This record gives sequence, C-alpha cells and structure tokens, in this order.
Amino acid sequence: MNEALTAETVMMKSQDGHEVEAYLARPDGVDSFGGVVVIHHLPGYDSATKEIARKFAARGYAALMPNLYHRDSPGASPDDAAAAARAKGGVPDDQVVADVAGAAAYLRGLPGCNGKVGVIGYCSGGRQSFLAACSMPLDAAVDCYGGAVVHVPAGAPASMKPLIGLSENLSCPLLGLFGADDQFPTPAETAELSRTLDGFGKAHEFHTFTGAGHAFFSADRASYRVEAAVEGWEKVWAFVGQHLGS
Amino acid sequence: MCTYSAEHVPATGSGKGAEGWFRLTEVSVYLDHPVHALADHTLNIDFINPARGPSARVAVELSAQTARALASAIEAALAAAPAGLA
Repeated sequence: MNEALTAETVMMKSQDGHEVEAYLARPDGVDSFGGVVVIHHLPGYDSATKEIARKFAARGYAALMPNLYHRDSPGASPDDAAAAARAKGGVPDDQVVADVAGAAAYLRGLPGCNGKVGVIGYCSGGRQSFLAACSMPLDAAVDCYGGAVVHVPAGAPASMKPLIGLSENLSCPLLGLFGADDQFPTPAETAELSRTLDGFGKAHEFHTFTGAGHAFFSADRASYRVEAAVEGWEKVWAFVGQHLGS
Repeated sequence: MCTYSAEHVPATGSGKGAEGWFRLTEVSVYLDHPVHALADHTLNIDFINPARGPSARVAVELSAQTARALASAIEAALAAAPAGLA
C-alpha cells in the first residue's frame, strides 16, 4: 500500500435531512475499500481528528467525519464551536445518530466502497460510537474511552442518559480501548459493560492499557501515552481489517 | 474525563476576541480538557456573547492553582478599591 490519499471537506446529508459539513479522506488507487465514520471528541471537528481520518485513508479505508457542531456553528473555528456546543450541554443523542447514519450512507454510496462501514469515536465520540452501533446496522464499532455509557456523572445535562440499556441492540462487533487510570469510564464500568454484552452474546473485545488514562491517543495533549497509543492503533488495524476489509 | 457541568454568570462588560472588542453578556466557567494548555484538565473561562455567534469568545485555560490565585486576586483588587468604585 502506497498510503496515497485524497482529503477534502464535503457536505453530506444527515438522516434527518440537514446538510452537514464533513471531512472526507479516501485512499487513492484502491479498487475496493471499507468505510469508517470518525466521530470527533468533545473539543470538536479539529485538526487532530481530521488527521485520524487521513490515517484511515492511508490504510486503505474511506473515512468521513461529520462536524457534529456544524448546525449551530457553521464556519466557526473548532474550539469556538465546541465551546458553544458545550455551553448547551452537548449535542443531542438523536442528532448524533442521524449524522452518523447519514455519514454511513454517504460512505456506502462512494464508488469502490465494499459496503462495509464501521464507526470509531474518541472521548465523547467513544460514547457516541457505542450509541451509533446500538442504533443502526453497522459492521464494526470502536469505542475509545467513551464515558457515560454505564453511568452518567453528576453534573451532566439531564438529556444525557446512560447507554448500557441499549446493549441488546448492538448491531456489530465492538472494540473497546480504555485506560486503566481513566475515571471516565473507570475499569469497573467497562467491566460491567463487558459483562452485560456477554449476557446478550454480543461480540466484543476490550483492552485496558496500564499507565494510560483518558485520551491516551491524543498526540497533541498531555494525556498522550505512546505505548498505549501504538498498541491501541495495532488493535484498531487488526479489528477493522477483520470486519471492514475487502 | 469530559465534563459537561459549567457555572454560567451573566456578564456586563467587554472583551477583546479574534475580531476585536465586543460586549460580553455571559461568562462560562468549567473544568475540562483544554484545547491548548498542556494539562489533562484546566479551569476554563469563556467570556462570551452568544447572540453574536460562537466566535464572540475570549477564552482562557488555567491550571487549578492559577485559577484559585486569580479568584483571590480579583477579590483582593475589588476589596482594595477606593470606597464607591466597586
């Protein structure tokens, strides 16, 4: 693989009909590829997450990252849009599901797509990745340290509900990547989620990295933990290769 | 962790953002991941005017130690002002 790719900003249609800005990265010179919806973290539709989309394209997948804050803050810088969304208590779950469903449909419609589409999300996007995988047919899902899946912390907006009750609806294999030092989610919470998924016979693979806390993949943040990140990416490539590969 | 809780303070005053000065109507204060500061979590303050859009914002990300010192300094400055000014 020569890692050649094309990346650009596109407009996609959310399942609820809204036009939403999104960042598309797709491999060049590849006849058949799977798709990945990338869900950005709470800090927004930023350069670091666009880089993740390009990383997938370099590996031979088409990646599309909808800007979850575009409706309320079109044209705003990612940090300003994130602050505005945060002040409102985050994006409603229904809206996230609609945007991810729209992104998945966009990817399936790309010439060359093999029809397999997964989702990956970080931080709040990890929670939303699980939400999406329990809300629509997908082929793979990756939850990177998503909190508020099992328990919602004190002070969270009333609209934010735990998602563990949706576990029976999980539509695809789930890869969970967590930090042993994370408090949101704690290892006890991810163990509870794993037991619940076991109870429903849902395929999942959880890894909890020692010496890592929340956001260990974020290379531009103090939370970055190189050993966990490198191993975590290896887990991601093996997982998507198995479930989304051509 | 990503926190979602915030303290919201109605504001009277002005701030200087990326596009110049604007009237402030609100201040949001919260502890969460920073965008720029090299720390896992910071005390973040957004001086904003939502009616002017998300870009009408003056943002700071402070260590907890700095934030507490700032809060004390604000109180001290107000207390030290001549009578009738603050």
